Amino acid sequence: MKPARFGYARPETLGEALALLAKHGSDAAILAGGQSLMPMLNLRMATPAILIDINDIPDLDTIADRNNQIIVGARVRHNDALHSPLLTASNSLLIHALPSVAHAAIRNRGTLGGSLALADPAAELPACAVCLGAEIAVVSQRGERVIPASDFFQGLYATALEPDEMITRVAFPLLDATWHVGFDEVARRSGDFAIAALALAVKVVDHRITECRIAFAGVENHARRLPEVETALTGSLIADLPVRGAASEVLTNVLEPLEEGQYPTSYRRYLAQVLLDRLLARISRQVHT
Amino acid sequence: MDGVLHVLTAADLDAVCRPWTCVSRSFPGMVSPEQRPLAKDRAIYQGEPVAIVLARSRATAEDALERIEVAWNELPAVASLSRALDSDAPLVHPDLKSNLSWQTDIKTELADVTFAKAALVVSERLVFARKTGVPLESRGVLADYDATMGSLLVHISHQMPHQLQLHLADFLNLAPVDVRVVCNDVGGAFGIKMHVYQDEIAVCAASKLVGRPVKFIADRIESLISDVHAREHIIEARMALDDSGKILGFDVDDIQGLGAYSVFPRSSITEAMSALRAVGGPYRFDNYHASLRAVLQNKTMTGQYRSVGHPIACVMTESLIDIAARKRNEDPLELRRRNFVRADELPWVSPQGARMVDLSHERCLDKMIELIDLTALRLQIDAMRAESRIVGLGFASFLEFTATGAAGYGRAEIQVASIDTVVVTLEPSGEVRAQCSASEIGQGIQQGLTQIVADAVGVRAENVRVFLGDTAAAPHGGGAWSSRGAAITGEAAWGAGRRLREQIIATAAALLQASAAELDIRRGRIVDIASGADRIGLDEIARIATFHGYDLPDGTSPQLTASHQYGREADPFLPTNGIQASLVEIERDTGIVRLLKHWVVGDCGRVINPLLVDEQIRGGVIQGIGEALFECCRYDEHGQFTSGSLADYLLPMAVEMPDIVVGHVETPYSGSLLGAKGAGEAGTCGAAAAVLNAVNDALAPFDARVSALPVTPVSVLYALGVITDATIQ
Repeated sequence: MKPARFGYARPETLGEALALLAKHGSDAAILAGGQSLMPMLNLRMATPAILIDINDIPDLDTIADRNNQIIVGARVRHNDALHSPLLTASNSLLIHALPSVAHAAIRNRGTLGGSLALADPAAELPACAVCLGAEIAVVSQRGERVIPASDFFQGLYATALEPDEMITRVAFPLLDATWHVGFDEVARRSGDFAIAALALAVKVVDHRITECRIAFAGVENHARRLPEVETALTGSLIADLPVRGAASEVLTNVLEPLEEGQYPTSYRRYLAQVLLDRLLARISRQVHT
Repeated sequence: MDGVLHVLTAADLDAVCRPWTCVSRSFPGMVSPEQRPLAKDRAIYQGEPVAIVLARSRATAEDALERIEVAWNELPAVASLSRALDSDAPLVHPDLKSNLSWQTDIKTELADVTFAKAALVVSERLVFARKTGVPLESRGVLADYDATMGSLLVHISHQMPHQLQLHLADFLNLAPVDVRVVCNDVGGAFGIKMHVYQDEIAVCAASKLVGRPVKFIADRIESLISDVHAREHIIEARMALDDSGKILGFDVDDIQGLGAYSVFPRSSITEAMSALRAVGGPYRFDNYHASLRAVLQNKTMTGQYRSVGHPIACVMTESLIDIAARKRNEDPLELRRRNFVRADELPWVSPQGARMVDLSHERCLDKMIELIDLTALRLQIDAMRAESRIVGLGFASFLEFTATGAAGYGRAEIQVASIDTVVVTLEPSGEVRAQCSASEIGQGIQQGLTQIVADAVGVRAENVRVFLGDTAAAPHGGGAWSSRGAAITGEAAWGAGRRLREQIIATAAALLQASAAELDIRRGRIVDIASGADRIGLDEIARIATFHGYDLPDGTSPQLTASHQYGREADPFLPTNGIQASLVEIERDTGIVRLLKHWVVGDCGRVINPLLVDEQIRGGVIQGIGEALFECCRYDEHGQFTSGSLADYLLPMAVEMPDIVVGHVETPYSGSLLGAKGAGEAGTCGAAAAVLNAVNDALAPFDARVSALPVTPVSVLYALGVITDATIQ
């Protein structure tokens, strides 16, 4: 468990980093928190020719409130996001999800951009980004692109990111008070990758769901919205149990669970239903109190 | 390549290292082919070393490894225990007729009749998944062959320096006295570090071949894949009772997975035999039948691991007890109490031939009932169930054989020492130094021995230094295995310390012109035995005896070193006992088992250091909980290991662990002076059984039951009928 030999650069400006990326492309790996990259290097699952360490580049770790969005820098550490007054005050979905991200020590180093760029199917933050319709800003020497989260995640560890691009920031829409968000996760041990997790946002007007956003983590090979299920719920009373049951049926039909060693697909399907029911019940209780 | 010195294969090491074969007189006819440090022509299991790169750094060696091209020709493999004996199963070793390594059948005369006539026969099929020890520090070795002296110095993370010394001398054709094995702090072992590993022998052989120091530290992946695994069994167990609920007998059919070989030198089969010896351990019964088939597989070898075999015996016995109690509609604790081997029946010899002495099943049960406040706890459980919570309370009485004596391996003709020797010396400073043939593996025996020596001599513990784990520093002895430290090394330390005390008093008496009978040693000083009046310090006696012998009366001849060798010929397996209880809750939604609380009452004889014993028990319980709920060495059908990281191999972690309450009953072993018995494995012995019984108690109202370890959320939901397809994709 020693990495293959690699080069190392620690640019002090974004421009320098982008020049290095343009030069090395897929031979380069960006080092931010290193919580996934370092083990992958040590296991020689990743053998980049050069690491581009972005920890000296200014302005990548800010959290700001702008145009009804919260803009989170790509290098914001999970624990800094978790303790951010802006995210807390706006009851961001991220605040609900981040305690489930690994362990405190990992959250101290791991970053938002790193988690999104890796696109681990069981990671919490891609599901949050998809659920909220976040916009992911990526930049290269060719210019900047803003990619909707639902287009960004394309498969197992696969994203829309080009080899010369890096994520700089993510814009999460601010939701008004009619929106209710929730996150829940099932894992064998605290801090483990999710067997199944759900990021949920529902807009409730007069006890009725008028809009609904659903994204799972750990269940399918990448996070995506589930419009069939969202449609099944929209328009119904939040407390309507038969509707919830019908949505659950739809859910089990549309999911394509991961086929992974330890757990049968039937378990992931079942947990997805459990999580949806749990979070709807929780939000229903909030609405009725 | 720059920095790469040698690349070695089996043919290179053949020149310096002979192959070895596991043979045990206890298992006559056992089939286990010859092994060598590196695979020759054919690799039998994933994790078997094939070639060695010697480089200036590990990173360079890993670079070079990637450039080795092995012309693999993939052969069919057999991983599944249930498939290994099929007539069409691939053969693990092509020269063998089948994958059966050894089988045995043990039966008391009336076993069949008893089962035929019994009022009640309960049965259970239990499946145990492989697990491994996962010590915090992985295995590691630094071997340094000195060609001018023909000697080998080996620093290694190992439990038995003397045992390894003999093997290394044998394999590498060296005189045993020219091989020094040093085992300093090993960072945990749990039985994993008492075997002969191909990679470790290869490192020593490579050092002899190239004449320079060679180091290998297994990384976590290498550890998980090559450390011995343990406890892979499929068991059909039956228990017969009469109509008054007295146990008549047990009937067990065990298929055990060995992996690619029977592990050298102790044999993997020891685990199954240990389990079969302990079946029904806490109870009195007269009839017994056991059959064992030990099976070779294309997997890592299995071997002795904490509480060797006993947890399997405990799970099967205690599962049957709970099933019988449910069938009889009676309190499972009453069924246990009725059947315990009572203290007034001891000594008693079990149908397996084990002599039961100095046990306290009833007292441990009484203490447990008090510790958990049983009446209140049962009301609490009723209240939780009334809230639709799925809660269960499980018990497991256990019996564990510890501190194995001479007959264990001696009669198997396997060179494993059950004796220990302790040499104690009064240093010129008045401090006491003890050299012991035991090993410190994190169990804390160094502290225990320090206390014993201090008490035996009469000095303060802070003035005693205990040295362990070095073949050059102590006579041949057993090291660390079978919870032997306090019971065997402790007894040797006591004997040596008392002898040194007499010798010091004799010297003091000569110096003070007093009678030895009038003197005593207390807190490092010679005192008048009657009045306690201070006479002289041990430092002063040591100073005079070491540097100023002419000041002593003629003919005194002071002796400042004493030694004692202790081994046990009687009671080859020293029985200990106790009971554990587990309170669990099953999360209805997910099938996840939450541990609410765990209790242990243990009887390890004389407790020398309560803190060490309690924490050994707690650590052992956690490993048992791992066995019950988390840990599993998974393989796919082709023998590909799929639990190669700690993300895939689930260890029990602090957050999920319950509070563990520990109580003691002390029944000293009547055959020794200290009366200490094994303590370090007791937690592991009964924990899995208690947890499994708790889970099944929780599932009982739903007529559901699980019987495979580890219990997974999928198996729980499947038992509850919540999910119907539990097939792993």
